[in-house]
Amino acid sequence: MTEITVNVNGKSYTREIEPRMLLVHFIRDVLGLTGTNIGCETSVCGACTILMDGQAVKSCTQLAVQADGSDVTTIEGLASNGDLHPVQEGFWEKHGLQCGYCTPGMIMSGVDLLKNNPNPTEDEIRHGIEGNLCRCTGYHNIVKAIQYAAEKMQGGN
Amino acid sequence: MIPGEFDYYSPTTLDEALSLLQEHGDDAKILAGGQSLIPAMRYRLAVPEVLIDINNLTELEYVREDNGHLTIGAMTRESDLEESTLVKEKYHLLADTAEVIADPLVRNMATVGGNLAHSDPANDHPATMLAYNAKIIALGPAGTRVIPIDDFFTGLFENALEENEILTQIRLPRPGPNSGGAYIKVERKVGDYAISAIAVQLTMDGDTCTAARIGLTNLSPTPMRAKNAEQALIGQVITPDVLEAAGQAAAAECNPSADLRGSVDYKRDLTRVLTKRALTKAIERAKGA
Repeated sequence: MTEITVNVNGKSYTREIEPRMLLVHFIRDVLGLTGTNIGCETSVCGACTILMDGQAVKSCTQLAVQADGSDVTTIEGLASNGDLHPVQEGFWEKHGLQCGYCTPGMIMSGVDLLKNNPNPTEDEIRHGIEGNLCRCTGYHNIVKAIQYAAEKMQGGN
Repeated sequence: MIPGEFDYYSPTTLDEALSLLQEHGDDAKILAGGQSLIPAMRYRLAVPEVLIDINNLTELEYVREDNGHLTIGAMTRESDLEESTLVKEKYHLLADTAEVIADPLVRNMATVGGNLAHSDPANDHPATMLAYNAKIIALGPAGTRVIPIDDFFTGLFENALEENEILTQIRLPRPGPNSGGAYIKVERKVGDYAISAIAVQLTMDGDTCTAARIGLTNLSPTPMRAKNAEQALIGQVITPDVLEAAGQAAAAECNPSADLRGSVDYKRDLTRVLTKRALTKAIERAKGA
């Protein structure tokens, strides 16, 4: 067993874990934050996407020990004081989800995308979310949702 | 889908990593970006007893030019390569490659050194580095060793690194004047391995090709160069017939296997077409440079 300390959504957690525990299992099973989904488990689908030290990564392809000392943000950490993050709001306003399974990962990718490129073209958004699969194939509205967030975050609306 | 048990070490210096590797030998695996190794461990295709995580060795994360070379630290993330202005401006083949590796989330973690050390012929950097005539720098107990890329890949997932060596750097010669490169990949979907992909780096003198190296992705058990295709180009005035001859040579000398991505005949013909396209793009860049 190894002791790790991870800051998740602004709160510090110290836990004893097995080194082979995956980060997504740490987030879901140890911390009880079940907003992050598990899809393919093989770093293909992106359902488990989180931000680690500000960068979007697939938490099924990280060991929890690798997050020791890191800042992790999950879907639960995006809203502040009851206000949805602009990307969350975009998914709400533009119907960016159907079954909702890919949504937490898709939103985390959208947040990372807009951080690096605040005013993306439609093409850049489509390439930016290439690591996230939507089984309902609702990409059209997902793109619109991210466009909505980009405008909102730049002071539009 | 949970990895087997292992002892975990997270060294903070190269010396420490190296001594851990001496101590544990072939029981140990090095964890770089983990984007191939962790899935392999989940499938229990890899069951290392010891995992040496080198993600804290930030001294191995850099992309810079010195002494006429581009030097890339082994732990450089693909996303950093993709965003490097130096790479975008002067190393077009490498820039082409970086943006089609896996997907953006994987590229945030995946490393250039890991891509090469894994020595999967389906990975993209082997072909690129073969085309660039790169050198692999390895550090072992006896010091640093330089391995020419042509001697690096020795089999499927096998390479010339010794058990007690760490791949620390990749060095590419800076392309001279009138040189150009390109990488063209066809995949079923983003994140899948290539059906076929071609890496080209060449030099032109007017309309004559004076030097060319071509690497192939996922078309053989060991990453390979299309040497016959290179020979069809070198010393020739480039015409559509010469490009076709090079494409046909590459199609004939590659050694793909049939799988869900297509039959052998399909992959060979795709290779013929992509070779011509990659050459055309590389020549345009060589002339524009």
